[in-house]
Amino acid sequence: MTDGVLAGWGGVAAAGAATYAWRALGVALARRIDPGSAVFEWIGCVSYAMLAGLIARMLVMPAGALADTPLGDRMVATVAAFALFYLAGRSLLIATFGGVGLFALLMFARQSGLL
Amino acid sequence: MDGTERSGASARRLGYRQGVVDAFKLPVALLLASMMGFGSMAREAGVALGPALGLTGAIYGLPGQVAFVDMTALGAGLAAAVLASSLANARFLPMAVSFLPLVRHGLPRTAPLYLMVQLLSVNSWAHSLRSFPGLPGAAHRPYFVAMGCTCFVSALVGTAVGYLLVSQVPHVVTLGLLFLNPLYFAILFVDARRPAFVLAVAIGAVAGPLLYLVDRDWAVPVTGVVGGTLAFALVRLARRLR
Repeated sequence: MTDGVLAGWGGVAAAGAATYAWRALGVALARRIDPGSAVFEWIGCVSYAMLAGLIARMLVMPAGALADTPLGDRMVATVAAFALFYLAGRSLLIATFGGVGLFALLMFARQSGLL
Repeated sequence: MDGTERSGASARRLGYRQGVVDAFKLPVALLLASMMGFGSMAREAGVALGPALGLTGAIYGLPGQVAFVDMTALGAGLAAAVLASSLANARFLPMAVSFLPLVRHGLPRTAPLYLMVQLLSVNSWAHSLRSFPGLPGAAHRPYFVAMGCTCFVSALVGTAVGYLLVSQVPHVVTLGLLFLNPLYFAILFVDARRPAFVLAVAIGAVAGPLLYLVDRDWAVPVTGVVGGTLAFALVRLARRLR
């Protein structure tokens, strides 16, 4: 019956509560920390490093369907998106959808035997 | 006094309006797309539509949602799936600590913050940090609430659309949807400005994948605490030497 619990509302409640615990703890601690303090900068560093680590891993060693795509294609699309970001005056929209478009195009080319 | 109140009210209006406008610039499109990916993933894992929407609303952090559904599909136990999904979103602790003081401006009690903190996501966080310097202090909280609510509703809509459309989308589109999230976040981090944050991103990006090879479960939190502390210490040391 584990499957039923996981896929149902019991799993939603448990996962939601376990995630909300981080948020609530953050509210409780936030009152005691001055945004201008060194602690603030340290927490920002931890936050940035943690997410950068997760995102880099998702790009280099993805899970699921992306795992079957060539690493080179993901890297080419990522570097192209970075370049596009600066060329387009720091536009997140153009860079993101340009990179995703290029990646989909590469995948389409492989699927059709063009690459 | 009247003038101050009026300017406070107009600052709040500006915040609400700007928050919705900025949400529609990119986050709404991004959330619709990425949550469509999550919705289709949840359906393939055998989660019903109601609980799939429940996961989006209750967890409201894509890495944790994906981790939970992934483990559901693998047939993992409840405790392991809950722990993995919670750890995948441990970033909400430092995010909340660092962000909430910025929206507390003029709030007499902290109770409403316990509700508002559920609206915190990488999107609302990153866009608020980008926009706050150009907005008056009284507009910060309205901006965050407006941006957060708009994003939250978009996430639920995206989950439902992805869940219902999964069988009709070509595989290339699915791959594009899955690639969109990490790419978007990578671009956001390349745009980090403060030297300590730039260094933290660089260290994290290198250490994250390497530590993942050593220990899959603890790679993310260890990268954050060790890599972030290292970046923080190095920048402080450099400042002192200068």
